[in-house]
Amino acid sequence: MSRWLPPFLRLGLLALLLAFLFRPAWFSGLLQPLVQDGAPAIYNQGDLLTLTLLHLRTVAIATLGATVVAIALAVLVTRPIGAEFLPLSRSLVNIGQTFPPVAVLALAVPAVGFGEKPTLIALFLYGLLPIFENALTGLTTLPPSVMEAARGAGMTGFQRLVRIEIPLASPVMLAGIRLSVVIGLATATIGSTVAAKTLGEVIIAGLQSNNLAFVLQGGLVVAALAVLIYDAFSALERAAARRMGRI
Amino acid sequence: MIEINTVTKRYGANTVVDAVTMTIAPQTITVIVGTSGSGKTTLLRMINRLVEPSEGTIRIDGEDILAIPGYQLRRRIGYAIQGHGLFPHRTVAQNIATVPELLGWDRARIDAKVAELLTLFQLDPAAFGNRFPHELSGGQQQRVGVARALAAEPNVLLMDEPFGALDPIIRAKAQDDLLAIQKHFGTTIILVTHDMDEAFHLADKVAVMDKGRLLQYDAPAELVLRPATPFVETLIGAADRPLRLLSIAKAAEVVEPGAAEGEPLSATDSLRDALSALMWSGRETLPVAGEDGTILGHVSLQALLQRAARPQ
Amino acid sequence: MRFRPDKLGVVIAALALCGVLLAPFSLFRANRIVPGEAKSLLDSLPAWAGLLLLAAVIAASLVALARSPAVVRLAVAAVCLVALLLGIGLAALHLTPPENSYARVSPASGFWLLCFAFALLAADAITRLKPKPLARILFLAAALLVIAFVLLSGSWDELSLLKEYANRAETFWLEAGRHVMLALGSLLAAVVAGLPLGILCHRTPALRGAVLNSLNIVQTIPSIALFGILIAPLGWIALNVPGAAAIGIRGIGMAPAFVALFLYSLLPVVANTVVGLGGVPRDVNEAARGLGMTDSQRLWRVEFPLALPVILTGVRIVLVQNIGLATIAALIGGGGFGVFVFQGIGQTAMDLVLLGAAPTVLLAFVAAIVLDALIDMNAKASNRKTTA
Repeated sequence: MSRWLPPFLRLGLLALLLAFLFRPAWFSGLLQPLVQDGAPAIYNQGDLLTLTLLHLRTVAIATLGATVVAIALAVLVTRPIGAEFLPLSRSLVNIGQTFPPVAVLALAVPAVGFGEKPTLIALFLYGLLPIFENALTGLTTLPPSVMEAARGAGMTGFQRLVRIEIPLASPVMLAGIRLSVVIGLATATIGSTVAAKTLGEVIIAGLQSNNLAFVLQGGLVVAALAVLIYDAFSALERAAARRMGRI
Repeated sequence: MIEINTVTKRYGANTVVDAVTMTIAPQTITVIVGTSGSGKTTLLRMINRLVEPSEGTIRIDGEDILAIPGYQLRRRIGYAIQGHGLFPHRTVAQNIATVPELLGWDRARIDAKVAELLTLFQLDPAAFGNRFPHELSGGQQQRVGVARALAAEPNVLLMDEPFGALDPIIRAKAQDDLLAIQKHFGTTIILVTHDMDEAFHLADKVAVMDKGRLLQYDAPAELVLRPATPFVETLIGAADRPLRLLSIAKAAEVVEPGAAEGEPLSATDSLRDALSALMWSGRETLPVAGEDGTILGHVSLQALLQRAARPQ
Repeated sequence: MRFRPDKLGVVIAALALCGVLLAPFSLFRANRIVPGEAKSLLDSLPAWAGLLLLAAVIAASLVALARSPAVVRLAVAAVCLVALLLGIGLAALHLTPPENSYARVSPASGFWLLCFAFALLAADAITRLKPKPLARILFLAAALLVIAFVLLSGSWDELSLLKEYANRAETFWLEAGRHVMLALGSLLAAVVAGLPLGILCHRTPALRGAVLNSLNIVQTIPSIALFGILIAPLGWIALNVPGAAAIGIRGIGMAPAFVALFLYSLLPVVANTVVGLGGVPRDVNEAARGLGMTDSQRLWRVEFPLALPVILTGVRIVLVQNIGLATIAALIGGGGFGVFVFQGIGQTAMDLVLLGAAPTVLLAFVAAIVLDALIDMNAKASNRKTTA
């Protein structure tokens, strides 16, 4: 759960990102040397801010869906009623992670067509695994004495889940969500190969027109988003873990 | 009163608790001792149905525990365990308030109870209430664990090696605190331990278990004087017998009239402590003082030696 | 005693039932581009084969529902999966009119659902059997043999997937070679560079944070962007460094893809080396020092063998990740199975997508199983070493 950047650098990065998204023209001088024959230095086939927001929206929707489903599944297989599925679900997570995101994306197209939908499906499926894996770890490694005390105090199964198990597992669950978001941010760019509106559009336009400035700005905006979101999640996890004396 | 009647617990072909019958008088401390794997913890956990008995019945004040849903039963019975099991994400006050909250007490009553218990366990409510468990020392955590178990004013308190994780000095203090608390609330306590010193220090009656069977269930002195089986004798430790006898009696019981020289003993000191003081001071007798400081008489080395000898 | 069905069996039977009754088994198209016509299981196959497969599916569902032993479940699942593989090939043969080279038959959702159901049954049985590492590799080898047999026997030749393959068999193996080269080559380079870097980071804590943070940040750059960004510097090197072009360094093509994969691979290798070496028990290290080992003796005889399982875990992450990411290389002309995936997306020819995606998934799957087995063997070995 290490922080990637010291706080002042993080603020600087955020300021830079916002400046670039709202006033890209300020940076055109900087990017101009990267393009040839007077090609545009700033992406001109759409608004960068809009694409960024769409990119974030796609990742947010997919991650939210993945979080709900993954945690529900993890809770289910750790209850007595779903215990029979626990060993299998562990293997499935292991196997599932070998599916490359591009393959998931491409194979979703025949089912739902081009556009945002296959991207959402790929991000959702790919995001499930780290969250499920972490939620499972969190729910199966709770301190036995605490669980014994919770039962001994007369909590029902549901009360134990809501009051003890989920709060205690939350830092590990958050780490899974963080992982899923960071993977999702990068994977969403590939969504543009199936015509989803994400920052991948900028990169692919750059690749097609041999415009390095496009590739660079698309890539760096995604990277900056990933770093900032990663750090924000890490801060949340630390806050949650500190309350429990895990640090 | 807790009546345990031919209670058996089997896991597959493995019988962990084998037809145990015992009756525990109200407002006493019963200590269950035995080696690990003797079934003592399983027996304890059947009383609050953390383990369901395979056979037999358990009644608390006449009521069959199987007639009450497990979680409701557990809200009426205090439960304290080794390593305290405090909820790490809840404050000390929230931890103690667990069962009253489950029972739906109103806020004011809960707050008052939490403050009362913290004070009783020598923890300042203002200073400790809002701390998290990991901010406390081991001894403090253990006290909060017991306070949590007592929060809903249960008649019965089950304790599974509650002092196992404490170092010897804090442990002795915790044991004395427990005796004081038991007097204060009149709680019926059943405590599991493998520490014989602890058992003799705390118990009104001791239950010795081995391989799932209850070998002997008696007052501590009976265990020393009339061990039911060789196993009980070994567990108590043949060499320690006289000292065990001394440790369960108080100085007040052997006071003889007459004055003596030296630092007075307290009437509530155990005879073992009295012997120790006599030997250390090199005297034949020492005075005994009551709680108010008045001299009640003296104890003599001779009387102690008679007390510790095998009865003829 | 009342019959209590196996809970997973209920799920599997439900999936199988949906696969048979509700979803089409195969898709028939008059040519490669037109929308298809869905065919149910019984419509797809000659009557005898359809009924036989149906019977097999029902029998297997019943076995799954009963609380049967894991070995039986595995055998039944394996038989069903082979029957499904042969069945879909037979469907293609049955549905394609004679002498018609335009018609296409592809597996449809029902087929995939049935495959998923029985793969689930097999996976659960294998999980319950807890096979030893070597046995797992043998299972894998058996499965690969079956797939090879189905492919080589020609029973799939009428299937659209293999028609796509037949049209570009040569390119397929060329791209396969490139894909493996990209994934394995970059892994090798990352191990050669990452191990010493990891050891260095372990020994010099001051370096650790900076190196790991930089590598972490590299990971956040989306793959297509990193591939693209590297085009420029590599193009410059090719033009300006004598001899660079001769050894294959170019702005586009495999070189930037290779470098990008190498950069992505460094983090897991370095981080796991650091974690692995850091996890060596203190007392073991103390004992080694006490016995008079020099630092390098300690590293090679004590620390490294004990850290090996963790380092191998890093290698597994990298290999599986690289096999997936290498598909992206096609976007910058780097080749690999991605060529078929992106061509297929461009032509909305899903069988072509499958021609690229299926071998990629298979490759990643094989890599994961083999490396997991290796890790388990090593973990056992080093456990023995510490307790002995």
